[in-house]
Amino acid sequence: MTARYSWRAGVGFAVGAVLLFAVAPVALSDFRLSLLAKYLCLAMVAVGIGLAWGRGGLLTLGQGVFFGLGGYAMAMHMKLADAGPGEMPDFMQLYGQLDALPWWWRPFASPWFALPATVLLPMLVAFLLGSLVFRRRVRGAYFAILSQALAAAMVILLIGQQGTTGGTNGLTDFQGFFGYDLDDPVNQRMVYFIVAGVLLLLLAIARQLMLSRYGELLVAVRDSEERVRFLGYNPANVKLVAYVAAAGMAGLAGALFVPAVGIINPALIGIVPSIEFVIGVAVGGRATLLGPVLGAVAVAWAKTALSEEFPAAWTYLQGLLFVLVVAFLPGGLASLVRMVRRRRPPPDPAPVSPAPVVSPQEVRA
Amino acid sequence: MTVIVSQLFTGVSIGAVLLLIALGLSLTFGQMGVINMAHGEFIMAGAYTVYVLQKVITDAGWSLFVALPLAFAVAGLMGVLLEVLLIRRLYARPLDTLLVTWGVSLILQQLARDIFGAPNVQTRAPDFLTGNIKITDDLVLSNNRLFILTLALAAVVALTVALRYTSLGRRIRAVVQNRDLAAVSGIATGRVDRLTFFIGSGLAGVAGVALTLLGPIGPTMGTNVIVDAFLVVVAGGIGHLKGSVIVAFALGTLQSLVEYSTTVSVAKVLVFVAIVAFLQWRPQGLFTLRTRSLA
Amino acid sequence: MLDIRGRWKGALLPLAAILALSACGSKTGENESVGGAVADTSGDTVKVGLLNSLSGTMAISEVTVRDSIKLAVEEINASGGVLGKKIEPISEDGASDWPTFAEKAEKLIREDKVAAVFGCWTSASRKAVKPVFEENKALLFYPVQYEGLEQSPYIFYTGATTNQQIVPGLEYLKSQGKTSVYLVGSDYVFPRTANKIIKAYVQANGMTVLGEEYAPLGSTEFGTIVNKVKASKASAVFNTLNGDSNVAFFKEYKSAGLTAASMPVVSVSIAEEEVKSIGTQYLDGQLTAWNYYQTTPGAANDKFVKAYKAKYGQDKPTSDPMEAAYVSVYLWKAMVEKAGGFEVDKVKAASDGVTFDAPEGLVTVDGATQHIYKTARIGKVGPDGLITEVWNSGQPVKPDPYLKGYPWAAGLS
Repeated sequence: MTARYSWRAGVGFAVGAVLLFAVAPVALSDFRLSLLAKYLCLAMVAVGIGLAWGRGGLLTLGQGVFFGLGGYAMAMHMKLADAGPGEMPDFMQLYGQLDALPWWWRPFASPWFALPATVLLPMLVAFLLGSLVFRRRVRGAYFAILSQALAAAMVILLIGQQGTTGGTNGLTDFQGFFGYDLDDPVNQRMVYFIVAGVLLLLLAIARQLMLSRYGELLVAVRDSEERVRFLGYNPANVKLVAYVAAAGMAGLAGALFVPAVGIINPALIGIVPSIEFVIGVAVGGRATLLGPVLGAVAVAWAKTALSEEFPAAWTYLQGLLFVLVVAFLPGGLASLVRMVRRRRPPPDPAPVSPAPVVSPQEVRA
Repeated sequence: MTVIVSQLFTGVSIGAVLLLIALGLSLTFGQMGVINMAHGEFIMAGAYTVYVLQKVITDAGWSLFVALPLAFAVAGLMGVLLEVLLIRRLYARPLDTLLVTWGVSLILQQLARDIFGAPNVQTRAPDFLTGNIKITDDLVLSNNRLFILTLALAAVVALTVALRYTSLGRRIRAVVQNRDLAAVSGIATGRVDRLTFFIGSGLAGVAGVALTLLGPIGPTMGTNVIVDAFLVVVAGGIGHLKGSVIVAFALGTLQSLVEYSTTVSVAKVLVFVAIVAFLQWRPQGLFTLRTRSLA
Repeated sequence: MLDIRGRWKGALLPLAAILALSACGSKTGENESVGGAVADTSGDTVKVGLLNSLSGTMAISEVTVRDSIKLAVEEINASGGVLGKKIEPISEDGASDWPTFAEKAEKLIREDKVAAVFGCWTSASRKAVKPVFEENKALLFYPVQYEGLEQSPYIFYTGATTNQQIVPGLEYLKSQGKTSVYLVGSDYVFPRTANKIIKAYVQANGMTVLGEEYAPLGSTEFGTIVNKVKASKASAVFNTLNGDSNVAFFKEYKSAGLTAASMPVVSVSIAEEEVKSIGTQYLDGQLTAWNYYQTTPGAANDKFVKAYKAKYGQDKPTSDPMEAAYVSVYLWKAMVEKAGGFEVDKVKAASDGVTFDAPEGLVTVDGATQHIYKTARIGKVGPDGLITEVWNSGQPVKPDPYLKGYPWAAGLS
């Protein structure tokens, strides 16, 4: 199988790169391009959820926690960089009763700590939590509800520590991003390119994971955990890897969300946004590689477009999406594409969808 | 001393609220394994029932007592409708049920907004429920909390009796313990599912009536309580009412005692941590149903 | 089994592009001419942005603000517009989500090229849009009472700052002989900052704070907090709770046997609209601190109330934030007319001393702080759900967002 598919994947990535790096910057205004950067950040979270949920059956309703950890780590660094060495961020001087920077803020002044932390911190938390929970065989709905409770707890914690976390306001009003002025449209574009590049990189990693032996094991755990255990594997470890990888991706997404959008706050990481991350994945096709990405971007775009015109209609549509897609099209839109393809005779040269994507169904385990 | 007593009373009454909102879930989730995220919106429906009813019956006392069975029926029917239209197709996919019912809850919330308006609506509580019983100057037991405690206990007793001593209860338990065996024994499992769902959702309606005495009545009131309710059932253990009862009162008391000495946020976070830690110790909840499955 | 080159080529390409691009762009502090969107006022209309939450938890309050801004716009258009141009309002939904506020603000400024934006409610949404307005050098009119300690050159604050609402509330309590207060608030910026100010005031005035409690936003379980309040035997409660929590708090308050007579509550976030959803059963006789009530006397208010009810329904009350939003449109109009153009710099320069005969009484813009002079009013909730004034400051209070004129507040900012 491999030669043909990897050739296709290469073409897919190339097309994706052309769309993201050449077409979008030309076709979209600065404002729309910055919106696209935001959508792509959400899409990164979706890649991770696709891995954990679609492939591993771990419905994680608390990805906001990891998104938030990454986002706050980045935001703390940017705040400290804005304030200058030895100074406290503006909001602390305003609201906090603090005389000095709290100890857990200090390391974030160094980019060498803050940047790795945006990914490693979420992964560490996911590792600790996952190893506790999976080892005790908490799974299915129990896991989903626990991860949701975690998101709720994290929000309460962040809001309660207003002096050091910015409370409900979150962290906002950033001047620069590693020395580059964020007000400058050129630098905004640079942020967009970084976001797009990282997304492609994450896709490559996710594809690698899915196609590897580990990927097959993960699907096996999803479909029958007991059987995998009897074969001599430890399903807890298998799940843990997917969970930690998804957490890292969410963390990175959060970290890039901050310069792209200019804010991180508790409302972005609670129960509701965490479950909204999932809907894009379900719409696009949870078990596929590209489905979650396209789904997440499509849903986020629909939200902006519709809510500009009919705010109430968006809530109905969002509800209907959950109901219709999950209940009646569990494979997401990707399964529609597959159905259409199956009906066609194979030699048909005409492309099926306008974007010849890395056909996700080939990545079947 | 009075502080401890009054905090214990508050804790028990928080527990009673938790119990009321979780009791219906302990049937639909605990007995049937259905994760119904729209349960909170059935609570909301119960609360709005009081609001609508008070337009017809102006006496606050009467309207409250009429609202109890009416809200049970309204929420129960909504539940049956949901079961027939959607959930029935998803019994093999519990996680998908969670997402589908989340979608339903979004739609129901927006419907409430469009019908009743986004602001909270106001209901009147009867005078005998806004007062209190004074034991000493510092220790007063408020009537609305006593009423909710009574209501919660009555609901538990009624449910226990129904499950243990009626033929419907026997059928429900049979289906829970072994669906296939129940089916071959001539039990119409589909009908039992619908009835169970009716009762479980109906109890959410009753909880909604009770909540009008304590808090706001608005489109988002259900979302505010739903996670707590699920945690109670998860920690209590599937298939056992007594687990939910014990956990609800334990969490309520824990919350109120911790909150008294610290803050609300700390208490809430601690309760979450306590539940996670508890599930480490007993991953299946307080009481487990013995089955021959490998889990 | 896989061709490595094919797989990574796609990913390496963009990385190379990033490296190439990152060499461009200005560094922080290098370039001052960056940004600055220009409003499009070339046609015979002028666009303004309305930025409010029309969905989500804050929609309850913000829709009413949007409605009263629209009312002002219609009135102005009916009387000839601004500098001969009709106002064309463009409404965007902030969806109770702060990043969405920032996104929509950017859209209004850059895509729609509006001359000014009216809206935002929560401090968090204002903090989120503040950099957008500063970066684009565009104007925001913010109509809600807030926690002070802010003075953005691109925001006009038409609601009360702390010395026009909270400080008068405390002065009233002191004049009533209250010696101790208990502080109850939602857990966010406004209550925490307000309580910091209250504690400083109380300390300097020989009163005591007997406790300070915060409930998470949206929290509806107040059993313990009310127990603590009751046990403290404070002579009054200062309430900075927001939204749903107020309903639960006052229901609990009454059940615990506490009343306006035994321990009055001064609320700063309960206006006529909120009274309606909590119920007068629970609020009768409690106090509020604002700058405007539906019952405020005067011809300007009679006209406003009448026009509002005619447009949106007889059962709709008018409240302080709605009034401040309504006033903000008229103040912008007056500033533009004084400046003789829509350019942001000119409008800002012209703002000092602009007055308007508002429903709350005469208001004047203070150019230095971009806040406005407002009369403080303490009100009492009546059995009919309306709030009637029991005290006022007699004359408009000069805005002092950093409380520089109050010696006891020296250590605060």
